[in-house]
Amino acid sequence: MLDLVWLIPALPLAGFLLLLAFGRRLGEPGAGWLATIMCAASFAASVIVFAGLLARAEDNRRFVQILFAWVPVGALRVDVGFLVDPLSITMALFVTGVGALIHLYAIGYMHGDDGFPRFFVYLNLFIFSMLMLVLGNNLLVTFVGWEGVGACSYFLISFWFSDEANASAGKKAFITNRIGDWGFMLAIFVAFASVGTIDYVGMNTRLAQGAAVTATAVGLLLFVGAVGKSAQIPLFIWLPDAMAGPTPVSALIHAATMVTAGVFLMTRVNPILAAGYTWVPHLIAWLGVITALVAATIAITQNDIKKVLAYSTISQLGYMFLAVGVGAYVAAIFHMVTHAFFKALLFLGSGSVIHGVDDEQDMRRMGALRKYMPVTAATFIVGWLAIAGVPPFSGFWSKDEILLSAWASGGTQGRALWAIGLATALITAYYMSRQVFLVFYGEARWQDDAPAEIPAEGGGAEAAVEPAHDEAGGHGVRPHESPWLMAAPLVVLAVLATVGGVINLPFSENTEFLARWLDPVVGANELAIDVPTATKVTLAAVAVAAALVGILGAAVVYLWRRVRAVEPAVLAHGYYYDESISRFVGGPGMALFNAVAWFDTHIIDGAVNGVAALVAGGGRRLRVVQSGFVRSYALGVATGVVVVLAYIITRINF
Amino acid sequence: MSPAFPILTAMVLLPAAGALAVALVPRTRPELFRGVALLFSFATGALTIYLLAAFDRHDAGYQFVVNRSWVSDFGIAWHVGVDGISLFLIVLTGVLFPLAMLGSSPHHDPKPYYAWLLLLEAGCLGVFISLDLFLFFVMFEIVLVPMYFLIGGWGYANRVYAALKFFLFTIFGSALMLVGIVALAYLHRNAIEDQHRAQATEIVDQAQGNPTPAQQAEVAQLREGVPLSFDLVDIAESHTVVDDSKSANPIDWSAARWIFLALAVAFAIKVPLFPLHTWLPDAHTEAPTAGSVILAGVLLKLGTYGLLRFGLYLLPDAALFFAPGLVTLGVIGIIYGAICAAMQKDLKRLVAYSSVAHLGFIVLGTFAITTQGLQGGLLQAVNHGLSTGALFLLVGMIADRRGTREISRLKGLQKPAPLFAAVFMVVMLSSIGLPGLNGFVGEFLVLIGSFLTRRWWAIVAASGVILAALYLLWAYQRVFQGEPDEDNRHFPEINWREGLVMAPLVALIVFLGVYPKPVLDRMAPSVDKLIVHVERNSDFVSPKPGRPAENAQEGGK
Repeated sequence: MLDLVWLIPALPLAGFLLLLAFGRRLGEPGAGWLATIMCAASFAASVIVFAGLLARAEDNRRFVQILFAWVPVGALRVDVGFLVDPLSITMALFVTGVGALIHLYAIGYMHGDDGFPRFFVYLNLFIFSMLMLVLGNNLLVTFVGWEGVGACSYFLISFWFSDEANASAGKKAFITNRIGDWGFMLAIFVAFASVGTIDYVGMNTRLAQGAAVTATAVGLLLFVGAVGKSAQIPLFIWLPDAMAGPTPVSALIHAATMVTAGVFLMTRVNPILAAGYTWVPHLIAWLGVITALVAATIAITQNDIKKVLAYSTISQLGYMFLAVGVGAYVAAIFHMVTHAFFKALLFLGSGSVIHGVDDEQDMRRMGALRKYMPVTAATFIVGWLAIAGVPPFSGFWSKDEILLSAWASGGTQGRALWAIGLATALITAYYMSRQVFLVFYGEARWQDDAPAEIPAEGGGAEAAVEPAHDEAGGHGVRPHESPWLMAAPLVVLAVLATVGGVINLPFSENTEFLARWLDPVVGANELAIDVPTATKVTLAAVAVAAALVGILGAAVVYLWRRVRAVEPAVLAHGYYYDESISRFVGGPGMALFNAVAWFDTHIIDGAVNGVAALVAGGGRRLRVVQSGFVRSYALGVATGVVVVLAYIITRINF
Repeated sequence: MSPAFPILTAMVLLPAAGALAVALVPRTRPELFRGVALLFSFATGALTIYLLAAFDRHDAGYQFVVNRSWVSDFGIAWHVGVDGISLFLIVLTGVLFPLAMLGSSPHHDPKPYYAWLLLLEAGCLGVFISLDLFLFFVMFEIVLVPMYFLIGGWGYANRVYAALKFFLFTIFGSALMLVGIVALAYLHRNAIEDQHRAQATEIVDQAQGNPTPAQQAEVAQLREGVPLSFDLVDIAESHTVVDDSKSANPIDWSAARWIFLALAVAFAIKVPLFPLHTWLPDAHTEAPTAGSVILAGVLLKLGTYGLLRFGLYLLPDAALFFAPGLVTLGVIGIIYGAICAAMQKDLKRLVAYSSVAHLGFIVLGTFAITTQGLQGGLLQAVNHGLSTGALFLLVGMIADRRGTREISRLKGLQKPAPLFAAVFMVVMLSSIGLPGLNGFVGEFLVLIGSFLTRRWWAIVAASGVILAALYLLWAYQRVFQGEPDEDNRHFPEINWREGLVMAPLVALIVFLGVYPKPVLDRMAPSVDKLIVHVERNSDFVSPKPGRPAENAQEGGK
């Protein structure tokens, strides 16, 4: 059964090729159904391979399939091949599973769009690329998928390309990602130069046995790549802008799958991280937790329904890196899976809301929508409780595991990481509750002309995603529930977001399915949690209390309106980070580029033309020999050169 | 075709005959020019494909060799042959010429236009098959003339300036090359004669005044003069054996360096390497579309091919001396070319500057002297021919439709012409080096290969990949995205003839990205042989990746 693994990426690839050829003829909804069926079939193939892997003995759960030699040059042997192990198949399952649901949803969401078939062309190409990324048996195949998902992300962010802002957002995402990819490439070079292979199996083993400095370099450079792809500090700026893409894209690519690739990669090379100097994992943990906190604080002040979720995604990814950094790889993957459920749910829910209120994205022009969109509201609330960390929803279990691991990693550092993580959890509960209250509760504000309901100082942060609401103000908007095609995936995801925690319940070793399942891949380097049960329970209780405080706080401000909202401009502007970068690129950056271009035309080419002018001037005086033919000038030049050089060669040594 | 059939000679003569045929077509039958020209260039293309099929991929040496004395007084021979290093440049030439002719038409005077193009093709193929220094020089010069007239005669507004600049730059290099070649041939002959004399003296000394008749004959033979030879293989491989693993160039090392420098400058102008590149943006931009395609696709490769075959192979020790400088200039070109490209206001000029960046990768890979770097450089040469050739064709189509190449006057073309935009996108992504398309494989091999021997250069060069995304995506955004204004709203979609030209290019772009193995396999034996040759004739030692001993020094960043 395992040798069917090639089918997993082949099916969406076939879908992509078919849609490329016949997409326009299939039209709507045929193109969408074809894409959905291909993705669902890929999920089925993943389940079959999963079953095959499960049937094997625990220490034998690794299978490599080589399709063909891709770049065989000298000592460098790169094959197109797949590595099937518990990690890759877990990724494949949730990528194709959540992917299929989002495909289905998109059939409804993209209804009536001119680019309907084109949208599904990209979507299937994305699934294919993502599967190459997770299934690849060496760094280069992963890199193909890595850049492939980046390209698809670019296509889909700028899907509505007539709007310049969307085009800019797509370009920004691609280029920012490429900065990270530079690190990825260098990691490949160092790995090849030092151990002669970039196959995961051989490379991980040999780097782990080799010098610590090499492992450190490879781990750190791969982390640079991960920082770009997973939108961590300092490269997170592209993700909020990426919300310019259609909402199913935000759910699939910019929440559930692509942006988690960095966490996957770090987990994939965990022996390398373990073999390097310890400051690298520490750096990862700190960068993760700080990203989590910073992004969460920005999310408090966003008014665009999707931007809140975008910053929330950055923040949650930060949690995953925190887990990776302290060696809690299982917790990282656990949170990745539950996050895929609840964040996809929240994004699709927000899409349903946007759809229901005629493409409005400003939460200040929503409110009381639960009465009009019961399914959307109910499922969104499930997602909210899950991300806020309220038991027994899935997010509680995975987040608690990460906080516990941070605590258990020991020392002052462990305590500090835990405390920041806890504060972030509180803020998360706060901003998500704010969103739910603004959108689904309170007064109906979609009829209002001006978004004056919630005072927000400096609400200009949503420059790129200014929704295209019609000029007539919001009048005449009739909120309505979305069709079943969109509602059904919401319900399925809501169920998963509720019970997703069962894959790794911390009650006994027997209920920690994910930990046991991933043990062959990460077990050797997994953090051993040596904390008494009483402490564990206390920590969990504190986490729940933080969540409840966050929710209550938001209720006081946004539901009962007892306290005026505090939304400082510095947060609304994302600490002015993105704006500073834009200003730098547009100012000194542009000036530097212009200076180089000026240097080229005026200095280098100027010198050439200057020489020409000199020759021409001399020529005027030597009119006797001037014949007017290029050849004769050239001959003159050539003869001179010959004479000079012939002299030099006979006379001078180097 | 029997093995005796001189396919390489035919390959040069066929387009030359085509040029003659076009010239002989009476002016009263103008409709025939294009047809005859296409016929000849397609036939030549077919011949190169046949060559590819007949090529023995296990043979590292020269194949289909013809070696006939030509100017015997000076030891000049019609010595032609092909190996894994030149094979794909020949095929690229054979494929690009008919497509360039098919993809664009001259606005006036078709007769001389097609005649020049065919003569140009003959010259280009001649360069890649020459194994005689003088023959190579002649072919190199033949290329120059048609290109000069194509730019000057059928180019855009500033064509005269551009053509003259192209001509003067190149002729300057050619003069240096001629000096280098002549000096090399004579010095080599003299050095061999000196060696013979020394051997003769040694024999005489050993005989102590009583030489046997056999010794006398040998001495007499050694004291006879050695004929002059311009043969590339003779000169490159005649190095004196020092011991089992090393041999030495008979020419004085200092003279060898001067000769290498003369040749290298000539090739560097052609590549072009910073700071000798300023003829390129003008020539590319002002040339007619077919001229730009050939200029970028084939002519620039004359430079990198020259550096490899008539630099690294011919004078390995001298090449190693200059390698750091050449690599540095290549890396400067990667960054500098990309920055200049980003700032261009003319779409065609932007593509032209991108060539400076792409060719920098080839130079870096060549002088990394690792099997990955060299094969990557050769592959990159082919890839650049396909991608940049295709880009120039597309830009030419835009210019023909809109009458302008100003980026600021183009906008939102994806809306009226989605298929055109899609083709442009694929070609652009290939140029950016997206994995899965051809451009990536070449750049990746160059970088990983040069990382082994020139680590810091590779690290800097890798950042050029970010810049490539920057200038091309920005250009795409300004030209294809946004809402089209009145001038651009009715931009015609790609037509069947254009589709026919682009289809093989796009197919090759995808194929070489997914399955480059057939190409790499055919290059490998010749490239490995070259590396052994370089190791044998210099202090260079090719690195062996993955040696544990190196681990301690690796990557302490």
